[in-house]
Amino acid sequence: MSAVVSPIREPLIEGGKSYHQITEDICSPTERTPSVAWVMAFIVAVSALAFYVFCVGWTIWIGIGSWNLNRTIGWGWDITNFVWWVGIGHAGTLISAILLLFRQKWRTGVNRAAEAMTIFAVMCAGQFPLIHMGRLWLGFFIFPYPNTRGPLWVNFNSPLLWDVFAISTYFTVSLLFWYTGLVPDFATVRDRAKGIRRKIYNFLSFGWTGSAKHWQRFESLSLVLAGLATPLVLSVHTIVSFDFATSVIPGWHTTIFPPYFVAGAIFSGFAMVQTLMVMTRKVLKLEQYITLAHIESMNKVILVTGTIVGVAYLTELFIAWYSGYIYEQFAFANRVLGPYWWSYVGMMSCNVLSPQIFWWKKMRRSIFVTFVMSIFVNIGMWFERFVIIATTLARDYLPSSWSYYTPTWVEIGLFIGTLGLFFTLYLIFARTAPVVAVAEVKAILKTAGDQYVGPGAKAHGTSKEAKVHE
Amino acid sequence: MSKEKKDVLYGLYDDEEILLKAVDQANAGHLDIMDVFTPFPVHGLDPKLGLAESRLHIAGFVYGAIGTLTAFLFMTWVFTRDWPIIFGGKPYWSVPAFIPITFEVTVLFAAIGMVVSFYTVCGMAPGITNPTLDDRITDDKFCIAFDVTSADDAAKNQLKGFFSQSGASEVNTKTI
Repeated sequence: MSAVVSPIREPLIEGGKSYHQITEDICSPTERTPSVAWVMAFIVAVSALAFYVFCVGWTIWIGIGSWNLNRTIGWGWDITNFVWWVGIGHAGTLISAILLLFRQKWRTGVNRAAEAMTIFAVMCAGQFPLIHMGRLWLGFFIFPYPNTRGPLWVNFNSPLLWDVFAISTYFTVSLLFWYTGLVPDFATVRDRAKGIRRKIYNFLSFGWTGSAKHWQRFESLSLVLAGLATPLVLSVHTIVSFDFATSVIPGWHTTIFPPYFVAGAIFSGFAMVQTLMVMTRKVLKLEQYITLAHIESMNKVILVTGTIVGVAYLTELFIAWYSGYIYEQFAFANRVLGPYWWSYVGMMSCNVLSPQIFWWKKMRRSIFVTFVMSIFVNIGMWFERFVIIATTLARDYLPSSWSYYTPTWVEIGLFIGTLGLFFTLYLIFARTAPVVAVAEVKAILKTAGDQYVGPGAKAHGTSKEAKVHE
Repeated sequence: MSKEKKDVLYGLYDDEEILLKAVDQANAGHLDIMDVFTPFPVHGLDPKLGLAESRLHIAGFVYGAIGTLTAFLFMTWVFTRDWPIIFGGKPYWSVPAFIPITFEVTVLFAAIGMVVSFYTVCGMAPGITNPTLDDRITDDKFCIAFDVTSADDAAKNQLKGFFSQSGASEVNTKTI
C-alpha cells in the first residue's frame, strides 16, 4: 500500500481481520435466514408503506382538499417533508464523494449504507412534489418533451424546474455511483453462493471478474464520478433553497439560503446515517467495521454543521433587524414569537443547542447519546423546514388573509408512510447486499486495520489479537 | 466478443505484497502474464503490468461537454426561437437562469456516459457471465494467469517453476 497513514490514528477495522474474515463477516448476513428483529421491523415498515399507498390513493381520489392547506398557506407538511427528505439524502454522496476526494479512509465503513440511504431518501422526497400536483397522472408534464400543445415548453427560468433537473440528476448519479460500487461486492456474494442465489447474484454482478484492468477503470470511474458528485451534491440543496430564495416573500428572499440549506442538509443526512448505523452495526454485528472511530467522526461533522446552521439562524435574525426593513423584521419576529413559536423553539433546541454536547469526546463516543442525538437532529431539521415554510406563509402581506394550519390525518399519514417506504427499502437492502463495501475495506485493511504493524505502529488497546498477522 | 477457449495456467497468492513481488519476478523472467485478478484494487500493480492509464475520464469530459451544449443550446433555442416568452421583464436569452439546468445536464450526461462506457469496455452487462478462474479471487486470493493454449510442456514447467518459486499457494489449470 502506497498511501501514507498516520500511525497515531485509531484503527478503522478492529479484531485483527484477515481478508477472508472480512468477506465472511460482511457477506454472511445476506446468507442467513432473517432474524426475528428484522422480520418485526419489516412488518412495521411494510404496514406504514401500505398506509402510505392508502393515503396517496385517498389524496388522489378526494383531491388536495383532503389536506388542510388553504389559500394563504399553500405549502405545508408536503413541501416540508420534501425538503426534509432531500436534505437527508445528502449525506450518502457527501460521504462517498467528498470524503473520497479528501482520501478519508473512514468513509469505507459507512459509505455503502449511507449511499443506499441517500437513494431511498431521494425516492421519498420525490413523492411529495408529485402528490402535491394533485393530478399525479400528469406528472410527466414537468419534463420538456415534444408535445402536441405547441409544443409548449416548460419554464427553464423557474427554480421549481431547476429542482426537477437537480433531483432527477442527483438520483440517477447516486444510483449509478452506488451500484457500480456494489458490483464487485455482488461478485463476492456470487462466488460464495450456490444454485438460484448464484444465478441472481451473477445477474446483479454483471460478469465481474476482478481483472487488473477492470479495477483500474473502476477506480478511474469512481474518482471521476466522485468529482462530479461533489459539486452536484452541493448544487442540489442550493437549488432546493432557490425554490424559496428566488421568491419575493420576506423570510424566504435571502441570499444566505444556499449555504445554510446545504449545511443543514449535511447535518440532517449525517443524523439519519447515525440513526441507521447505530442499529445496523448492532443487528448485523458489524461493530468491528463501523467502529466508535467512525461514529465519532460523524458526530464531529454533526457538531460542525449544526453550529454552522446555528450561525445561519442568528445571522438571519441579525440581518433582518439590521436591514431596517419592517416587513423583513416582521417576518422574523413572527418566526420567533408568532403563532408557530413552538416550532422555532423545537428547531433551535434540537439543531443548535443539543449538538453542542458533542464538544465532549465522551459524548461523541457514546452509542446511546449518539442515537438520541440523531433522533433529535432529525426532528429539529424537520422543524426547521416547517418554520421556514409554514410560519412564513401564515402571516403574509394582508392581515385579513392571515391564517393558521394544522395537518389532516392524510398529511400525517403521507409522512409516516414515506418513513415506511424508506425503512422497507433499507431493510431489503440490508438483507440482500453487503452493507459495508467489502472490497474497499479490504483495500484499507493493511494501513488502517488494527493489525497494522508497519513503521511507527501504535499499540492499540482495542484488540488483544492486534499483533496477529494472518 | 466471441473468444476461443483458452487453457489458462494460474497461481493463487495469499497476499498482495507477495503478488507484487511475483509480478516483478515474472517481468524479470520475461514471462507473458495474461491477466492478474484481485479481490480489490492493488495499488502499484498497473505499472508493473504495463497497463496504460485508463482513458475513461477523457470520455467523461466529452460526454459532459455534449451535455453542456445540449442543455444550453436547447434552452436558447426554446426561448429565443421556438417560443419566446418574457419572464419577469428579463431578456429572452436570460443566460444566468440557464446555469443550473446546464450544470445538472452536464453532470447527468457525463455520469451516464461514463458508466455505460465502463461496462461496455469491460465486457460487462446485466446477466453476462464472464468466465472466472477461481471463486476465491473475489474473496482473499490474488491470481496471476498465463495463457498456455499453445505452450509446450517445457514452457508450462517453466511457469510452474515460477509459481513455486514466487510463493504461490496453489497452482491450477482451467479452460475458459
